[in-house]
Amino acid sequence: MTVHSDELYQQVILEHNKHPRNFRVLSSCTHEAEGYNPLCGDHLNVYLKVTPEGVIEEVSFQGDGCAISKASASMMSVALKGKTVAEAKALFDEFRKLIMKEVDPAEPSAQLGKLSVFSGIWKYPSRVKCAILAWHTMKGALDERKVVSTE
Amino acid sequence: MASFDIDKVRKDFPNLRTHGRDDKPIIYFDNAATTFKPCQVISSTHSHYCHRTANIHRGVHYLSEQATASYEASREKVRRFLNAKSMSEIIFTKGTTESINLVASSFARKRLKHGDEILLSEMEHHANIVPWQMVREETGCVIKVIPINDNGEIMLEEYRKLLSAKTKIVSVVHVSNSLGTINPVREMIKDAHAAGAVFMLDAAQGIACEPIDVQEWDVDFLAFSGHKLYGPTGVGVLYGKERLLESMPPYQGGGDMILSVTFEKTIYNRLPHKFEAGTPNVAGVIALGEAIDYVRALGWENMMAYKNELLSYGTRQIQTVPGLKLIGTSPHKTTIFSFVLDGIHPHDVGTLMDREGVAIRTGHHCTQPVMKRFGIAATSRASLAFYNTTGEFDTFVTALKKIIEVFK
Repeated sequence: MTVHSDELYQQVILEHNKHPRNFRVLSSCTHEAEGYNPLCGDHLNVYLKVTPEGVIEEVSFQGDGCAISKASASMMSVALKGKTVAEAKALFDEFRKLIMKEVDPAEPSAQLGKLSVFSGIWKYPSRVKCAILAWHTMKGALDERKVVSTE
Repeated sequence: MASFDIDKVRKDFPNLRTHGRDDKPIIYFDNAATTFKPCQVISSTHSHYCHRTANIHRGVHYLSEQATASYEASREKVRRFLNAKSMSEIIFTKGTTESINLVASSFARKRLKHGDEILLSEMEHHANIVPWQMVREETGCVIKVIPINDNGEIMLEEYRKLLSAKTKIVSVVHVSNSLGTINPVREMIKDAHAAGAVFMLDAAQGIACEPIDVQEWDVDFLAFSGHKLYGPTGVGVLYGKERLLESMPPYQGGGDMILSVTFEKTIYNRLPHKFEAGTPNVAGVIALGEAIDYVRALGWENMMAYKNELLSYGTRQIQTVPGLKLIGTSPHKTTIFSFVLDGIHPHDVGTLMDREGVAIRTGHHCTQPVMKRFGIAATSRASLAFYNTTGEFDTFVTALKKIIEVFK
């Protein structure tokens, strides 16, 4: 079976799915939103603690979903910690462009770092929404929208 | 099974020879969503558009007469397939969904009053829920839900308790698309009639599972789609008892459903044309007739015996997969295997299966109340047709076991 060499289910994604980072409710958060993908029932909450200077001090998430959505949320939470709100939104744009294949997936932006493991997902159009759910929810939280749907 | 030559049957379905991702041959286990079409159906459509294109019921020229004859011959094939009393009782629609909407709109909306009741089961497809909710919004009627048990079967005692003089319509699925359960509809129809209610059967899946005799079953309305019966998409059927259809106003206005039109008054056409406004899916209806011919030639007994073997083989094999739980375990079921795997989301299963060339469906299957009943968000579903094989099932089970390894 080709699963082990699959571009989508790479070890790093499987590992984040199994041991998601920052998988908890953040009671001291300043921003939060609920994200929902009606297609598959993926459902998660993203919590952010932003300093008055606009720096994301902490990020966490909680919810149910497939390995792709969970790993994406977990890796996002790691990537955003310490970034400014503006940087977070810029990274969202880079990530979105990558998974929508608006940029060459073979040459992902250096800012994305480990997030470039999602570069093969454009081949699975039905799964792109799984990968981007946490990001949309994060952006929704920063924009003070409480509920975000992928549909 | 000497009377069922699977290799020969498979040759009739060119789609079975398609290759998917990484050029792997496709194993198609998504037949509950739509079925593949035999050559006979495909060439019927091709030949209609190549040589016989014409509109029906109006032209006096040769092609139109030919098209009309073929279209009406299809109606007769459907009539015979369902054993309806008359061709007037066979209405061509876009599919099951439109057929149900037609009944909800032209029958229920006119008759139901505030406090009247519609009974639906907990395993209904959204297409057999939402149209009735729209009736509820307009009439103030009440929708009551017949519960299902842990095997995914309708609880008949509860159904009987819910039936009363207030029950005007019972609308229930024949075979569940997400559980595979074959419901005891003949009994349920009798009970509904004893309470004075009209019974509508959603036969979207059932139509390909077992022969239906609308007269013997005494069903009032029945809906199905051509594309789940090896026919084309965009064509379906509403069967209705003639006296009920006669009493109903048209569903849509337009050409073909009238006898005469003036700005003062329009006289509606007789059945079945009263419910077929506008140019219908002529090629689709004719191809549906071909699909019915195909099924009849293959023979229900052969098909059902073969599918029962697939079912018992599949049920045995799938239970060897560790951490797998079947959702829908009625002894009365069709070749639908809905399941969840410990700690692995159905969408991951679906994508990894796709990598192996196996097409399955994942999600809530348009039956969110079923998912809620079982406390899950989604299932993976393998649904088999008579052209699938035990060998294909082995590949599927092997792939399942490997997916579990990946997630370990």
